[in-house]
Amino acid sequence: MTVQAWTFTLVGLSFALYIGVAIWSRALSTGEFYVAGGRVPPVLNGMATAADWMSAASFISMAGLISVMGRDGSVYLMGWTGGYVLLALLLAPYLRKFGKFTVPDFVGDRYYSRTARLVAVVCAVFVSFTYVAGQMRGVGIVFSRFLAVDVGHGVLIGMGIVFFYAVLGGMKGITYTQVAQYCVLIFAYLVPAIFISLLMTGHVIPQIGFGSTMADGSGTFLLDRLDGLGRELGFTQYTAGRKEMLDVLAITAALMVGTAGLPHVIVRFYTVPKVSAARSSAGWALVFIALLYTTAPAVAAFARTNLLETLTDVRYEEAPEWFRNWEATGLIRYEDANGDGRVQYRGPAAAEANEVTIDPDIMVLANPEIARLPNWVVGLVAAGGLAAALSTAAGLLLVISTSVAHDLLKRSLVPSITERGELLAARVAAGVAVVIAGYFGIHPPGFVAQVVALAFGLAAASFFPVIIMGIFSRRMNKEGAIAGMVVGICFTAAYIGYFKLLHPELNNAAHWWFGISPEGIGTLGMLLNFATATVVAAITPPPPPMIQALVEDIRLPGGAGEAHEISA
Amino acid sequence: MLHDDRHRRYWRTNLRYLAILLTIWFAVSYGCGILLADRLDRIRVGGFRLGFWFAQQGSIYVFIALIFVYVRLMNRLDCRLEEGDR
Repeated sequence: MTVQAWTFTLVGLSFALYIGVAIWSRALSTGEFYVAGGRVPPVLNGMATAADWMSAASFISMAGLISVMGRDGSVYLMGWTGGYVLLALLLAPYLRKFGKFTVPDFVGDRYYSRTARLVAVVCAVFVSFTYVAGQMRGVGIVFSRFLAVDVGHGVLIGMGIVFFYAVLGGMKGITYTQVAQYCVLIFAYLVPAIFISLLMTGHVIPQIGFGSTMADGSGTFLLDRLDGLGRELGFTQYTAGRKEMLDVLAITAALMVGTAGLPHVIVRFYTVPKVSAARSSAGWALVFIALLYTTAPAVAAFARTNLLETLTDVRYEEAPEWFRNWEATGLIRYEDANGDGRVQYRGPAAAEANEVTIDPDIMVLANPEIARLPNWVVGLVAAGGLAAALSTAAGLLLVISTSVAHDLLKRSLVPSITERGELLAARVAAGVAVVIAGYFGIHPPGFVAQVVALAFGLAAASFFPVIIMGIFSRRMNKEGAIAGMVVGICFTAAYIGYFKLLHPELNNAAHWWFGISPEGIGTLGMLLNFATATVVAAITPPPPPMIQALVEDIRLPGGAGEAHEISA
Repeated sequence: MLHDDRHRRYWRTNLRYLAILLTIWFAVSYGCGILLADRLDRIRVGGFRLGFWFAQQGSIYVFIALIFVYVRLMNRLDCRLEEGDR
């Protein structure tokens, strides 16, 4: 079978699976729609969280980014996994004990304030929209690349699938489809990684092959070969960093804290039966995420070594087939600068001119071709990329629909709304959100990639401090929380907006405050939030005794089981 | 009063666990992976420089271990609290 036939078959089969699961598990009440009735076993919830969390960016772009950035790529690896420690230890168990449906629910109730709830709703919707547009784009790219459908139609097909199971199944449908999607995506990621590891180092496990000697009998370690090749060709050494240490610290912290503050991740811990399940579920989530996240840097190093070896002064006509295939898509560009008919891929420090530009996004997608793996593996990778994008998009859409139907209508504007009315509103909101996200997927505003930094920064500067203080400080009151959120959000948004949108030409270390890039500024925003809230809370009256009792209650594990029954 | 006292003890023990585990969390990621990475890079384990390994592999494994250690500690603590409540 050809690559395209395999891709159609595998993508079709996986879609049929998702739809089947969605029909089997559709939601009948708001409790099921928002939090799957609070009855998802922790291991399955961990798997669903992993699929929810790992987006098209993790699946498609991350390994490519690391292979270009080398050591500096570690910020993503540590940043996007370390947040789960914060979640498991500081947030998930208490939010589960609190036992409502959304993050704004917690903020609104704990800080006894409608203003606080509304600020949280706006943040949640904004963060989720930024994210979901990127996912839709990812869906479109996979379709156009492997199925020869144009990006617009690809987005439409993806919208249809997500619409079907998010609107029908709510959280319950999404959770069980995400379990299926995790299985598809991790299988699709590991198979080529294992093949390549065997090919290059003779080890089955990529994480071990990563630190082993090459299989070509030379006895050199793979990473030493990679450093050597890099030096020879004028790139910086792969295992050494280039970024300033303070900036690396700030970015890692912003990503960790941002991860722990993302509403679509937090909400997953409302779906498990009890407090202890929320803790272990976060642990399982990280196990399933780590399976991909520890493989990614190995894949990055293999791909980079392979790339540098195959593209060193090879005659253009003799360049491997994948080189020309991807050149046709415009993601590899080759220009014979010195006219010698050979391909020279060089770094900035090399004497000769570089003739090749490679989009890092193709690394994972092209890997099976580069390593000459069978056609079905290529199809599998396409299905995996789609699984990653669709599962994340669905989780985000649910947050948007819950925020509108529950936080905005039920809790703020129309408290008298019936259960059926609320469920209908949630479905309509999910539907509208799919359409808007799809529109941005087809017509991406130039700044989609830029605003992802903003999504993490805002989550770090708003939700994380406000929730932490709500649990760990009895004294924190609404004045402090609102002031903290407003200062954190405004500062972070202003900094990122200034460097990313208004003055992109000034976006370099010379102009940054303390040398912290917009990607890492959420850390500073978070600290400002904590500081402002503490000062304001100290000079305003303490929260009412009822709220202090609520905080006491959240800290104890017992009795979380009934929360959903009462409110559902 | 006795009841409240036990609850307070539960919370204090929890905070102590958190302090210890988060210190380790900080030490492996920010410490070994970033701040001390250059020094650790002089040590080699197989093909890995140690600082590089911590940044791209080791810290993630430690993160997982930390969460499951906390799960076990807290399950035990929860159990003891429940027994006392009865």
